[in-house]
Amino acid sequence: MNDPLIIAGKSYASRLIVGTGKYASYQQNADAARAAGAEIVTVALRRVNLSNPNEERLTDFVKPDEFTYLPNTAGCFTADEAVRTLRLAREAGGWNLVKLEVLADQKTLYPNMPETLKAAEALIADGFEVMVYCSDDPVYAKMLEEAGCCAIMPLGSLIGSGLGIMNPVNIRLIVEQSRVPVIVDAGVGTASDAAIAMELGCDGVLMNTAIAAAKDPILMASAMKHAVIAGREACLAGRMPKKMYADPSSPLAGLI
Amino acid sequence: MNITLNGEACEIDAGTTVAMLVAMVSADDGRDSRGVAIERNLEIVPKSEHASTVIEDGDRIEVVQFVGGG
Repeated sequence: MNDPLIIAGKSYASRLIVGTGKYASYQQNADAARAAGAEIVTVALRRVNLSNPNEERLTDFVKPDEFTYLPNTAGCFTADEAVRTLRLAREAGGWNLVKLEVLADQKTLYPNMPETLKAAEALIADGFEVMVYCSDDPVYAKMLEEAGCCAIMPLGSLIGSGLGIMNPVNIRLIVEQSRVPVIVDAGVGTASDAAIAMELGCDGVLMNTAIAAAKDPILMASAMKHAVIAGREACLAGRMPKKMYADPSSPLAGLI
Repeated sequence: MNITLNGEACEIDAGTTVAMLVAMVSADDGRDSRGVAIERNLEIVPKSEHASTVIEDGDRIEVVQFVGGG
């Protein structure tokens, strides 16, 4: 089935975006990203370790010519920090497509929405294509879309919590109102969570910990690939209506 | 002369350019500058200007690269 995900005018066959944090090694990370069938991976920007210039590098394993790098602003708590980080990321990689996240506090990593909107406006004015991590508030999601964000990425639940889609009604409201892709970012714990996000009509799912912290990350990456495809197909197929009582599947006529 | 490199005090020779600094902090096999970005006193130094940008006493330099992240 030809059903591409289109973000900022670019077409992707996979609707699963994966992170590159928390893996045992960059090699395992690369294997998991391949098993997930991911085309886009999120990456962070950090200071070069000056004391060990020979340490393993992400770019030698998860190669930028194999995956689309989506630089994030993880760890940024103000709009200014996020804008500074992504300008450096653009200089490092040369890409305009970025994931903006401005966090409110360490305990919840919940997005600070006023700062997120401020950063989005500054980045878009500077020529970036902004995929934005946000709360599941449909009002703020609309404001971010109107500011020009190319994808709205509400949390399913807190980053790294694995609690799944805590507010499916809000996710659905965001899906129905949005004219840009909606990608659930954060909170997915297992394959059924990813399928639920897709059944709600989301255009994609972004996850890191659910794969990296599984006992077998490669197998979980494969499970997530299938879950996203299954959820997407179920969404397009249109589920049967729910009923209060039984409805036999076998004909009643001709019973002996 | 003294600069601050990735948050730490550091002594380098006068006349050092950004390109020379990048070479100093790169791997033994000379890998990179690809994937590295340089900020000097909160201003990005584009790759095209690494060779011509001379570091001055008291500069605050950040050398960053992509790492794993979610």
